[in-house]
Amino acid sequence: MIRVIDREGAEHELETLDGWRVMEIIRDHGLPIKAECGGACSCATCHVYVDAAWLAKLHPPHDEETAMLDEAFDVRPNSRLSCQILYGPDLDGLTVTLAPEVG
Amino acid sequence: MPDASHTPNAAPVETDVAIVGAGPVGLFAVFELGLLDMKCHLIDILDRPGGQCAELYPEKPIYDIPAVPICTGQELTDRLLEQIRPFNPTFSFSQQVEGLEKLADGRWRLDTDAGESVIAKVVVIAAGGGSFVPKKPPIAGIDAYEGGSVFYAVRRMEPFRGKRLVIVGGGDSALDWTLNLQPLAERLTLVHRRDDFRAAPDSVNRMRALAAEGTIDFRIGQVSRLVGSDGRLSHVLVKADDGAETEIACDALLPFFGLTMKLGPIANFGLNLHQNLIPVDTERFETSTPGIFAIGDINWYPGKLKLILSGFHEAALMAQAAFRIVFPEKKLRFQYTTSSTDLHNKLGVAEK
Repeated sequence: MIRVIDREGAEHELETLDGWRVMEIIRDHGLPIKAECGGACSCATCHVYVDAAWLAKLHPPHDEETAMLDEAFDVRPNSRLSCQILYGPDLDGLTVTLAPEVG
Repeated sequence: MPDASHTPNAAPVETDVAIVGAGPVGLFAVFELGLLDMKCHLIDILDRPGGQCAELYPEKPIYDIPAVPICTGQELTDRLLEQIRPFNPTFSFSQQVEGLEKLADGRWRLDTDAGESVIAKVVVIAAGGGSFVPKKPPIAGIDAYEGGSVFYAVRRMEPFRGKRLVIVGGGDSALDWTLNLQPLAERLTLVHRRDDFRAAPDSVNRMRALAAEGTIDFRIGQVSRLVGSDGRLSHVLVKADDGAETEIACDALLPFFGLTMKLGPIANFGLNLHQNLIPVDTERFETSTPGIFAIGDINWYPGKLKLILSGFHEAALMAQAAFRIVFPEKKLRFQYTTSSTDLHNKLGVAEK
């Protein structure tokens, strides 16, 4: 399960599948995430904020993800592209907040 | 978008098929239509062919093109261009179809935002995820300043002369415009969220040299607030990682955060839409309007998969239906490229 807080502040508990990208899980449940490039780390439209308690449990972003975050807005120290986070049992309970929608 | 290369209000381009979108599916449609003797003109908002393959992942590998185990987005585009070369398609780049109207003679007239017109017997919408347009920062009140003080592209440099400019971003657009506009500007500040850049290293080095000598300002942070009145900015606030806000005097703000896809004027073409996609039948891939087809990621039908290979299949079936509109008096003969001398001639591969 992952917990996603949408842009209105509502919390959603989403069923997960091991090996899915967090972006794919969010998209599969119909929450509003653009993810335009489909997970190629090429568009920064799957930007999320990772809950502080979980940040250290994720593998750190690769250079490509950090560079792509330059095309996101309101980037914070806990910003990640959700297409670059692979879900596995160790992330059960992961909590992320959707970043502002790109206009 | 208009630029000097266009000739507004020139005579319309007349063709058999107008294709809206020059991504992989639009390009392959030229091939299938060409085998059936139909001439094509393509229109795309990007400045080059390839669509998402060129804009989003030119260097990323694609593994699911039949018989091509691996190729990049750019390689796929280049190969498609090579494949359709015998059919001499024509292109209008850097412009968007704004209007679509049916003429008295049954043909369609497409008007672009650059003042060009295309007249065609058949329209094929192969617009993928829509038009690529600049991303708009979600900063409160930004809409009110667009056009007056906020610009997402530079058409002409002269309007920026003597202005206090704030350029935001860390890619090539941000760095290139920093270097190009700096000599004209009263003062130029580059704002980027970190002290590292995606842009070409040479541009970054030149920018850093200008900043070191005090010719420009470089600030690490993100624009958090806009201040001004009547659509004119007076200054912007830039927030650093520690939360501290700095005020920067600003007449014009130029944010460069890459592109995003929007359906755009297609929404106003009078076609039925299903969640911003265009429903089609799966025999002809025709829309609710006869003579207008939709193929590739932009269309929708039960079971639709947004795959390039699906778009290729759709292009082939669409071409059969388009033939009946373009050549109502002719009988369609289905032929294979392997065996047909007729097709060999069209492809320029016939033995002499």
